[in-house]
Amino acid sequence: MTADLGFGMTLVALVLAVYGGAAAGVGARTGRAALVESAQHAALGVFVLITACFALLTYAFLTFDFSVRYVATNTNLGTPFYYRITGVWGALEGSIILWSWMLALYTLIVVLRHRSTARELYPWALATMLGILAFFLLVMTVAAPPFQRLTPVPADGRGLNPLLEDTGMITHPVALYLGFTGFTVPFAFAMAALATGRVGDAWLALTRRWAIVAWYFLSLGLLIGGWWSYHVLGWGGYWAWDPVENAAFMPWLTGTAFLHSVMIQERRRMLKLWNISLVILTFGLTLFGTFLTRSGVIASVHSFTQGAIGILFLSFLALVLLTALGLVAWRWEVLRSQGDLDSVVSRESAFLLNNVLLVAAAFTVFFGTVFPLLSEAVRGVKVSVGAPFFNQVNVPLFLSLIFLMGVGPLIAWRRASLDNLARNFLWPVVLGVVAAAAAFVLGVRSSLAALAFAAAAFVLATIALDFGRATRARLRAGESLLPAMGGLVRRHNRRYGGFVVHLGILIIALGVTGSQAWSVQTEMTLRPGETAELVGYRVRFDGLTAVEESNHFKVVGAFTVSNGRVLGVLRPAKKFYPQEQSPIAYVDYRLGLKEDIYLVLGDFARDGRQATVKLQVNRLVSWIWIGGAVLTLGALLAILPDRRATA
Amino acid sequence: MSRLWRWLIPLATVPVLALLAYGFRANPRDIPSPLVGRPAPRFALATLDGAPLALEAHRGKVVVVNFWASWCYPACYEEAPVLERSWRAYRGRGVVVVGVDIQDKPEAAQKFVRDFGLTFPNAQDPTGTVSVDYGVYGVPETFFVDRQGRIRVKHVGAVTDDVFRETVDRLLAEAAKP
Amino acid sequence: MSREWLRRLAAPVLVLLVSVAAGAQPPAAPVSEDTVHEVATQLRCVVCQSLSVADSPSEMASQMRGIIRARLAAGERPAEVIQYFVDRYGEWILLAPRRRGFNLLVWLFPLVAVATGLVLVATIVRRWTRRRRDGVAAPVNVDPAMSERIRREMERGT
Repeated sequence: MTADLGFGMTLVALVLAVYGGAAAGVGARTGRAALVESAQHAALGVFVLITACFALLTYAFLTFDFSVRYVATNTNLGTPFYYRITGVWGALEGSIILWSWMLALYTLIVVLRHRSTARELYPWALATMLGILAFFLLVMTVAAPPFQRLTPVPADGRGLNPLLEDTGMITHPVALYLGFTGFTVPFAFAMAALATGRVGDAWLALTRRWAIVAWYFLSLGLLIGGWWSYHVLGWGGYWAWDPVENAAFMPWLTGTAFLHSVMIQERRRMLKLWNISLVILTFGLTLFGTFLTRSGVIASVHSFTQGAIGILFLSFLALVLLTALGLVAWRWEVLRSQGDLDSVVSRESAFLLNNVLLVAAAFTVFFGTVFPLLSEAVRGVKVSVGAPFFNQVNVPLFLSLIFLMGVGPLIAWRRASLDNLARNFLWPVVLGVVAAAAAFVLGVRSSLAALAFAAAAFVLATIALDFGRATRARLRAGESLLPAMGGLVRRHNRRYGGFVVHLGILIIALGVTGSQAWSVQTEMTLRPGETAELVGYRVRFDGLTAVEESNHFKVVGAFTVSNGRVLGVLRPAKKFYPQEQSPIAYVDYRLGLKEDIYLVLGDFARDGRQATVKLQVNRLVSWIWIGGAVLTLGALLAILPDRRATA
Repeated sequence: MSRLWRWLIPLATVPVLALLAYGFRANPRDIPSPLVGRPAPRFALATLDGAPLALEAHRGKVVVVNFWASWCYPACYEEAPVLERSWRAYRGRGVVVVGVDIQDKPEAAQKFVRDFGLTFPNAQDPTGTVSVDYGVYGVPETFFVDRQGRIRVKHVGAVTDDVFRETVDRLLAEAAKP
Repeated sequence: MSREWLRRLAAPVLVLLVSVAAGAQPPAAPVSEDTVHEVATQLRCVVCQSLSVADSPSEMASQMRGIIRARLAAGERPAEVIQYFVDRYGEWILLAPRRRGFNLLVWLFPLVAVATGLVLVATIVRRWTRRRRDGVAAPVNVDPAMSERIRREMERGT
């Protein structure tokens, strides 16, 4: 019954979405408001139906309804309560429902916010969003139906993938998908701009906040993914340059580029063609991401499945790219820039350089990701392109970007005079050089790490300089310190929000530099009582215990960690799940500001006579998570409504 | 001129899409082995019963080297009866089936052999040296070695009766070099 | 005098002979974990996706690390150990493609991308600055007070 009801609702939602998209499109073309209103009602209907589907599926999970195949494959009677909820989006079909639900939600918000403010663009944007929603509903109906019936009804289910039994499962997909689907809205408005020919500022102003929100959620999703990888997967790292990770990283790169180039179009009315293309590229990359995850075309640890669904996604990607870019070519004349610039040394140039580096990085990651496929197609030889390649190739790009983070906000628009340059950059450059020297004195021998410190000091100095100067101006005008700073930040929240975001990125960059340059590790087989040592930490193996849990069997190793004084006992484990072929490593760690100590249990003797343990001391990794928190504050600050008087 | 150049932008996506479409035909998990056509790496292990097991000892016969594990379900469980059947059928005709068990505890290996009643020699590879020597990246994998000691076929996945029969017949038909 | 000369030569010759004899034996190499780690980071763990042999917690990776350790201890150089794995698994086992032949495409691509971008930007910026110099921008009639206020606002960069 559940299965049939769910399938029926999905089908109706699909029909409504198709109708709504068509109605909005025709209404936009012919100017008939009644059609557009009808499309709005359809959008509301779709949202209600998908919400109902979601609720129904969750109910099936909570009540162990194994007559639904998806429930049987992803839970069993031992699955804990909260994982029965998060398990709803734990596999392919559920992930499509989640995606569709978010799309429907965003569509509804677009309807509510923009139906009266963007008369010309809104109908086309609505049509685009409903069209995209229709595609995902098609996938849900045809290729990945979550409500397939399973007969005969089994007594117990298979169970959730144990790696997904983690709090990260609650937040990572949700944040990531909010980011991915969030970029649909700027894309929809870009399509509207192309369709109507109004490629000026209207569509940009509308989508600025959307772009920041989407970008933020994507950043959050990536960071949580890194955290999940670090504390669950047992390899001591947070980023593996896995193809699906790359697929989420690329739209982040182009989205960041877009956030910056938007400012040029806002201020100087230039780069219209570029901005529209960037939005299309970003949205295309989000589709590419879902394609990669679900098609199995490039093997990845994240891949859900293989099969017909991949063909559907690739076809849709092709349709979107060819249509959107075709529209760009059609509207070429209107899009071409009437830009002018006084000098090469200016903020415009800094932003252009920022865009070049970000988009080049995105293309590099893309080419590296698909290169194995290309090599096989052309040469018939399979190669791998992994972390060593991506790290080597991207580091110079990212270092340059960090440096630009300091230059961009302070350099003048149009033309930066020598005086302007000296006033803004002399001290920061000096401090940067001092930082590099200090790093060298402190024993840092890696030139890249020293450069990273220099760049970080430089950027920090520019932020402090700007904030300090502005505060001082207010102090001189008679305000006291805290109200001056607060008022400054509130009145220019976009600028200072941006600064705080840059600060967050800086902290993350330092965390990455530290962990890549100075983490150490070792592996040893120990008998009870024996100790392994690494950079001052002593880890003593105490023994093994076996524990039976609701849906798995666990062997835990107890290790006492000390560095002069006893820090505590870490308990890395190996979990044996009946539905999995090999055990899952469950790490234990002790986080710190400067370094984390991290233990992975390897092979062990049944009687506890010995155990192999991998010991890692990871430096500065916590800064990555701290940087993420700072980034959140900055993004929040940046999307607050403008307080400045609009002159 | 720019009228036509602008259409290059959407057209530029076509080769990329084509490449991705090619990906549907390729299987990313299927890695061709560089060892096919080369001499099979030697090994000297001890069977589960303690008898010595060396590849060299069977030079002149067709050798089927099968890598398996007790935790490899369902593939190894499907092919174990196939291998046993084929072993009994070809035993007297100059064919040897050899099983190498990887990443298993001895008790698990013994149980597997007992459960399937395997009569061909099986040895454990505790350090993984032999499996890496053969470029094994998953189980089950089976190598068909000809009479001159060269690997001729590498079969990834469970072996079926047909695969076994066709390959071994072909290798047996080749005249042994003096 | 010749005996004196011989005696003087004896010691260094003896030292030379002993060191040659010692060098002829296989080195009792205490393998540093760092070297094992370094080799392992270049190889791909065959049962995981995208993880290196150094990082992977799987048993297969653990065995591969053991093999790396054993080979290094037997006197092989890191490059030889890596070549051993390539001979068994193919180029696929290297986590970064060798920089030769067709693979150069992927290594050079970033440089080409950045260079292309910079050339594009340079062309655009040149066109824009030339346009400005040629006075193509439409003049805006703004009174001086407003102009000053605009300038101050822009420099503050809000």
